[in-house]
Amino acid sequence: MQTRTYYIIFAWLMGLLIATVAASFLNLDRFFPGLNAAVALCIAAAKAMLVVLFFMHVRHAGKLTWIFASAAFVWLGIMLVLTLNDYLTRHPVDQPIQLSVQTK
Amino acid sequence: MTSIPYNPAFDERSHTYLNIDYGVRSWLLTTDHKRIAILYMLGITFFFFIGGAAAVLIRIELMTPAGDLLSDDTYNKMFTLHGVMMVFFFLIPSIPAVLGNFLIPLMLGARDLAFPRLNLMSWYLYMIGGAIALTALILGGVDTGWTFYTPYSSVYSNGYVVMTIVGIFLAGFSSILTGLNFIVTTHKMRAPGLYWTRLPLFIWSMYATSVMQVLGTPVVAITLTLVAIERLFHVGIFNPAWGGDPILFQHLFWFYSHPAVYIMVLPSMAVVSEIVACFSHQRVYGYIFVAFSSLAIALISFLVWGHHMFVSGQSTYASMIFSILSFMVAIPSAVKVFNWTATLYRGSVDLKTPMLYVLGFIGLFTLGGLTGLFLASIAVDVHVTDTYFIVAHFHYIMVGGAVSAYLGGIHFWWPKMTGKMYPEWWGRFAAFVLFIGFNLTFFPQFILGYLGMPRRYHAYAEEFQVLNVMSTAGASILAVGYLLPFCYLIWSLKYGKTAPANPFGAAGLEWQTTSPPPTLNFESTPIVEDEAYAYDKIEVPYD
Amino acid sequence: MTSASAPATEHEHADHAHQFDDAIQQHEAATLGMWTFLATEVLFFGALLTAYTIYRHYYFDAFRYASHEYLRWYLGAINTGVLLCSSLTVALAVHAAQHHDHAPGQSAAPPRIGQPKHLVPLLLVTMLLGLVFLCIKGTEYYIDYRENVVPGPSFFHPEHVPPGIDASHIRLFMTFYFILTGIHATHMIVGLGLFSWLTWNAHRGTFARTRSNAVEICGLYWHFVDLVWIFLFPLLYLIR
Ligand code: HEM
Ligand SMILES: [Cu+2]
Repeated sequence: MQTRTYYIIFAWLMGLLIATVAASFLNLDRFFPGLNAAVALCIAAAKAMLVVLFFMHVRHAGKLTWIFASAAFVWLGIMLVLTLNDYLTRHPVDQPIQLSVQTK
Repeated sequence: MTSIPYNPAFDERSHTYLNIDYGVRSWLLTTDHKRIAILYMLGITFFFFIGGAAAVLIRIELMTPAGDLLSDDTYNKMFTLHGVMMVFFFLIPSIPAVLGNFLIPLMLGARDLAFPRLNLMSWYLYMIGGAIALTALILGGVDTGWTFYTPYSSVYSNGYVVMTIVGIFLAGFSSILTGLNFIVTTHKMRAPGLYWTRLPLFIWSMYATSVMQVLGTPVVAITLTLVAIERLFHVGIFNPAWGGDPILFQHLFWFYSHPAVYIMVLPSMAVVSEIVACFSHQRVYGYIFVAFSSLAIALISFLVWGHHMFVSGQSTYASMIFSILSFMVAIPSAVKVFNWTATLYRGSVDLKTPMLYVLGFIGLFTLGGLTGLFLASIAVDVHVTDTYFIVAHFHYIMVGGAVSAYLGGIHFWWPKMTGKMYPEWWGRFAAFVLFIGFNLTFFPQFILGYLGMPRRYHAYAEEFQVLNVMSTAGASILAVGYLLPFCYLIWSLKYGKTAPANPFGAAGLEWQTTSPPPTLNFESTPIVEDEAYAYDKIEVPYD
Repeated sequence: MTSASAPATEHEHADHAHQFDDAIQQHEAATLGMWTFLATEVLFFGALLTAYTIYRHYYFDAFRYASHEYLRWYLGAINTGVLLCSSLTVALAVHAAQHHDHAPGQSAAPPRIGQPKHLVPLLLVTMLLGLVFLCIKGTEYYIDYRENVVPGPSFFHPEHVPPGIDASHIRLFMTFYFILTGIHATHMIVGLGLFSWLTWNAHRGTFARTRSNAVEICGLYWHFVDLVWIFLFPLLYLIR
C-alpha cells in the first residue's frame, strides 16, 4: 500500500471527528428520539471501519482475518441484543412498550 | 499397524521429553507443551482434592437434618470453596489444559503449540490465580456461592470477595491465552495433508471450546472486576439502592457462565469421540455432523444464558425467548450422542477402562442433558429452581459427564504421556466404583429437589433424611472411586508395564511416535494421507 | 497412514522459532494470534459498554446532565485527534518496518515519510502522542478530583442537582466514565511499554535482520486501542 492512502484516510478520520462534534450540537432528537445517539454511533462506526480496513490492513487480508474480526462483533451483538431483549420488555404484559423507562 | 516402516533408530532413541532433563528448572522454565501439560495435571489434581475435601464436609453435614457439624456461615463458605475450586480451577482447565496441551500438537503433527512461552505463562497465571483464590478461601472464606450474585457479593458479604475475584480473573486470563494458543495452532500448524476434514474430532471440539474461551471469558473477567470495584470504591454499579441493577450482573455473569458449562463439557466430548472410535474400532459415525455440532454448540450456547434467570425478575418475554433457544442447544448435543451410539453399532467393542468411563459419560450426560430440558421449560423451572434438582442436573453433566471423560482420557493417553501402562483390572474396577458411587450420590438429589428440598442450606426437614443419607453414602463410594486411580496411576509410574507406541491400536498421529514422545514429538514431520479414524487399515490388537 | 518427509530436526534458523517451519508460518501465526487477542478485547470492553448502554438508556437525563456538567467535550475531542494522529504514525511505522527488506534504492523517488530509516522516529512520535493523550486524560481526572466527582469518600455530594435527576445516577455515570477511560488508559500504558520495546529493537536494527513483524503486531494493538476511544468519545462526551 502506498503511504498516500494513509494520509487520505487520516484526513477522512479528522473530518469525521469534526462531523461528530458538529452533529452533537444539533438537536436531532427533535426529529426522532435517539437520532443524536444514532448519528454519533454511525460516525464512530464509519471511523472504526476506516481504521480497521486501512490502518489494520483488513481490506487486503485473508478470509481468516475477516472472520476473526467479525466474529468478535457478532458475539458483542449477541450480548447486546439478548440483554436489551430483557430490558426493553420489562413491563406489565398488558401495557404498551415504553422505550424510555421512568424512574423516580 | 500402520505403514510407518519400523525405524530402530527412532524407537530406541533414549531421549523422551521426560528424561531429556531432570532439574526443577527444566520443568519450571519449560516451554515444551507436554511438560506444561504435566504441570497443569499436578495443579489441577491439587485443586480437585481441595474442592473434594469441601464436598466431603458438605455431605457429612447433610447426613442429619439439623445443621450440627458446620455452622450456617461455615457451610456457606464450604459450598463456595467447593464451587469456585471445582469450576474455575479444576473443570474449566482440566481437559483443555492437560490433555489438550499434550495432544493438540501431537495430533496436528506439529512440534509444539504456536506460542510455547505464552503457554508457560498461562500455567503461571493459573497457579498464581489458584494460590490467591485458595488463600482467600482459607483466610476467611467467601460465602457468596461460585456465582457471586449481587448486591450480596458487592455490598453485604464480608468475606474475601475481592481476593477471590482476583484469583478467578487471573485464571480466566490463563484460560483465554490457552484458547488463543489452540486456535492459532489449529489454523496454522497442521501437518501437510491434514485438512480440516481429516482432523480428529478431538481437535474440532477443542477448537470450539477455545472459541468460547476467547469470546466468553473476558466478559466474566470484567463483570467480576466490576463487583470488585463496587466493593472497593463503594459505587453503585449493581446496587439497586444507588440505581444499579443486580439483574444486569446476572446477565453478564451467565453470558459467560452458561457457555462455560460447555467449556467444561465440549472437551469431554472431544475425548469421548476418540475413545469411542478406538474401542469400537470404527470410524466415528457421521464425522462431519459431529464436527460441526461442536461449532454449533460454540455459537448456540451463547444464546441461552437467560435460562438461569427465569425467576430473577427478567422480563417474561425474554424468558420465553431464552427458553426456546435453550431447547435448541440440546440438538447438537443429541447429534453427538446419537452418533457415538451409532459408532458402537456393529463395532468390535472392547470394554477397556477408558471405554468404560466413556460409556458412563454417555449415559450420565444424557440424563443430565435431558433434565436440562426440563429446566429449560419455564413452568417446570419455577418449581425446581434453587432446589437439589438443579444440583443433580449439573452434577450429572459436570461430574458424571466431564470428570468421567477426563479420567477416561487420562487412562487412554496415560501410556503416551508416561510410557507406562495403568493396571487394567484396577482401572475397570475403579470405573465401576465411580459409576455406582456417582449415581448413588446424585440420583437421590433429583428426587430431593423434586420434593422441594432447597439448595445451599445446612439444615433441612426431617422427611428428606433417608435420601440424604443415601447421597452421603454414595459420596463416600465416589470418593473411593477417585482415590483409586490416583493411587494406582502413581503406582504404575514405577511398576507399570512399559507401554508400546500404540497399545490400543488407535488411529491418530499421536500414536505414531514413541511413548513417551521425544521433545519435538516426531522424528520428522508426518505427512497425512488418510481420513481420520482409518480403522479399517489397523488390525485389532490382541493382548 | 503417514510417511516420513523431510527431516524436521533442522530448524535452528535465526529467522523463526523452532516450532515453526519457516518465517512465513511464524508471521501468519503471530498475526492471527493478535487478532484473536483483539477479539477477546472487543468482548472485554463490550461487556462494559453493554452495561453502560443499559444505564444510559434508563437514566438518560442524569447521564446527559452529568456529561455536560463534568466532562469537557473539547478535551475529549482534542484527545481523539491526538489518537488519530498516532494511528497515522503507527500505520507509517508499520509501512517503514515492512519495507526493511526492500533494497534501499527501490523507493528512491520522493523522500516520503514511511521509509525504513524513519522507523525509529515514527515510533518515537507515536509514543509522544500517546503521552500527550495520557497527560490530557490526567488533567481531566485532576479537574474531576477537584470537583469531587471521583469515586471515593467525598464522591459527589451534590448541592444543586436539577429537579428530576437523582444524584446517585450522576454517580453511576461518573463511575462508568472512570472505569471505561481508566481501562482504556491502562491499555495505552501497556501500548507505550510495547512501543518502547519496539523502539529499542528498531534502534538496534533487530527487525532488519529477522524481518520480524513485531511492529505490525504491536501496531494492530495500538490501532485497536484507538478504536476503543473512537467509540468512547461520542458515548461519554457527546450525549445530547
Ligand atoms: C451440557 C452441559 C451442561 C452443563 C455443564 C450444565 C450446567 C448447569 C449448571 C451449573 C447449572 C446451575 C447454575 C446455578 O444455578 O448455579 C445449570 C442450570 C441449568 N441448566 Fe444446565 N447444564 C448443561 C446443559 C444444559 C442443557 C443442555 C440445558 C437445556 C437445554 C440446560 C439447562 C439448564 C437450566 C435451564 C438451568 C437453570 C436452572 C435454574 O437455576 O433454575 N443445561 N446447568
Ligand atoms: Cu445454562
